[in-house]
Formats: sequence, C-alpha cells, structure tokens
Amino acid sequence: MEYFLIIISAIFVNNIVLAQFLGICPFLGVSSKISTAAGMSIAVCFVITLATVVTYLLNQYLLVPFGLDFLQTIAFILVIAALVQIVEIVLKKVSPSLYKALGIYLPLITTNCAVLGVAITVVSKEFTFGTSAPHMLNLAESTVYALATSLGYGLAMILFSGIREHLALNDVPKPFRGLPIALITVGIMAMAFLGFSGMV
Amino acid sequence: MANSNLSIITKGLLKENPTFVLLLGMCPTLATTTSALNGLQMGLATMFVLILSNIAISLIAPVVPDKVHIPVYIVVIATFVTVLQLFMQAYTPAVYRTLGLFIPLIVVNCIILGRAEAFAGRNNWWKSALDGLGMGLGFTMSLTTIGIIREILGNGSIFGWKFITGDGILAFVMAPGAFLVLGYLMVLFNKIAKK
Repeated sequence: MEYFLIIISAIFVNNIVLAQFLGICPFLGVSSKISTAAGMSIAVCFVITLATVVTYLLNQYLLVPFGLDFLQTIAFILVIAALVQIVEIVLKKVSPSLYKALGIYLPLITTNCAVLGVAITVVSKEFTFGTSAPHMLNLAESTVYALATSLGYGLAMILFSGIREHLALNDVPKPFRGLPIALITVGIMAMAFLGFSGMV
Repeated sequence: MANSNLSIITKGLLKENPTFVLLLGMCPTLATTTSALNGLQMGLATMFVLILSNIAISLIAPVVPDKVHIPVYIVVIATFVTVLQLFMQAYTPAVYRTLGLFIPLIVVNCIILGRAEAFAGRNNWWKSALDGLGMGLGFTMSLTTIGIIREILGNGSIFGWKFITGDGILAFVMAPGAFLVLGYLMVLFNKIAKK
C-alpha cells in the first residue's frame, strides 16, 4: 500500500516539473516533438533511478558514517557526472541501437537539476504517506520514489510535447511566440495537476 | 576604462539579462519566487556563488587542461555552494530552510557554468568579478520582480507588508502562478525590447 502511495504521490500530486519545478530547462528545450520528448524521458528515467540508488548508498555507507555529510553536494554532482559518462560508455558497447536513440540526450542530463534534486531529496527529507509517521526513505522506497518521479517527468514531458505540436500550427500573437506561450501552457497544465492535490 | 567596467555590469541587467533574455536558471526562478523576499534571497545567494566562482575560475583557467575544464569548473562551483550552504546553516537557518533544496541546486544552475565558460575562462579576475556582479544583479532583479508580482497577486502584500485583508489569488503563490507570471513578463519584455 505504501509503495502505491509513493508512486501516486510522485507521479501526480508532487509532479517533478509541474509542482516541484525541477528539470525545467530540458523540459522546455526538447519538448517540441513527441518523439524527442519520449527519448529524453527514457534517458532521464534511466539516469535518475540509477543515480538515486548510487548516491543513496554512497551517503548511507560512506558520507554519514565518516561524518562527511557536508560534502554531499560535491560528492553527488561528481557521482552523477561520472555515472552519465559510464552509462554512455556501457550503452555504446552493449546496445548500440539504444545508444543511438538516446545518444544526444545523455550528456545533457548531467546539467538536469532533476537528477541532483531527487538524489538530495531522498537523503534529506522526511516523507509522510497516508497514515504513516514521517520517516526517511529506505533503499527500496527511494528506488521506487526515484522511478515514479522520473515517470512523472516523462508523463509531463510527453503531454506537453503533444500540446506543443498542436500549438506550432496555430497563429500565436507575435510577442507570445516561442517560450512565453510555452510557459503559459505549462501554467495551465500545472493548474490541471493541482486537481490531484490532497489525494495522498 | 571606467566606462567598459560599467558596461560589463550593466549588460547583465538588461541587454543580457539571464532570466528574460538568456533564459538561464529557470528552475530556481520559478520555484523560489513565492514572495518578493524569497526571490531576493535566492538571487543574492546565487550572486555570491557567481562572483566567487567567476574569480576563482578566471585565476585557474590558464593552467587547467582544456579536456577536463568542465569537471574542474563544476568542482569549483560545488565548493563555493558548499561554503554558502554551511554559512547559511550557521547564520541564517530560517532562510536556509525556506529555500531548501534550491541552495544545493545552485551547482547545476546553468547561469554559473555558462558565465564560467563564456566569460570567466577568458578574462582577468577583476573583469570576471564585475561580470559575476552584473549577472548576479540581473538575476536578483528578475527574481525579485517575479516575487513581487506573485506576492501582490497571491497574498496581497509586498515584502511581507499586507495591504488587503484576507487572502489573495492563491494560485499565484502555487505552481501555476509561477509559470503564468514568468510567461506574461516575457511577453512584456519582448514587446518593450522590440520597440
């Protein structure tokens, strides 16, 4: 039951883009076509989940026992950068077709604040789901949370790119063209997602 | 000379405003501008890291091999963010709690790496410091503006001083308002800049 609540909360109620404002740059940058949005979403999903597991273990078994928590920010960003690089190399060897599909999106992910954001959130914030008492997430819960959050990212991204494909065909007033109309569209989407609040 | 120094500072305010023209650092811009004060504090925190990392990077840039310069820059930036984190935890814990996650996330703010790459890496430390100051002021100004508008509409107050009784339009303090206010401000900026 608790895993179910984590999933609903991370995908809909606290959607990473529309409620937490993380990963906005790639969200606005590569969402003009559904196919590129889907590619980016899969790459982000992969990296967020992997990075969260690795940084969680690093924090739990290296930084905290030695009292080095103040190095969290530096350690995490280095781990994420290295991880993206490793994922890139491994994918190139193991699955060239997937590498080709994700190719251009992978290096972009290092600077996606959603990855660092989720990694820091799971090790520093107490969560409450349903009737449970506030507690820190354990490894399994963190993994589920990271996976669900990145699914929420994909959902928002693909929905938005669908709207943007239609938007491109419309006659938008000149000062609104480009980013302004995109931001206003996201605003309305965020309003729709507010409807989920209070569910969990 | 004095003139060119001044122009380095002023270009960050309008001509190359990081938020409205360069479109960098959208995440903190949207997330921390729930009130004018929060926007101002986030802007100042970013400016602190921006100035110091610009100075440090301009000093070490000549000796850093080209191939590894991005990772080196990121470590420098992360170091100053950690300094800021510890400083804020010690002296302004309330602010640190309000801004929360977005303080460590200054590391991945594209403005800072962007300025390191585009300016500090190829200019002397004094000019880089001025560039950091200008860009930081531009960012602070944009964030405060957005914060003021959201606070007036959402809460009926400016910098915490309430001028109507009761609630404002709550949506403006919540997520949708951030996107809408930034969107309409950009429209306004486009309209004015075109004339």
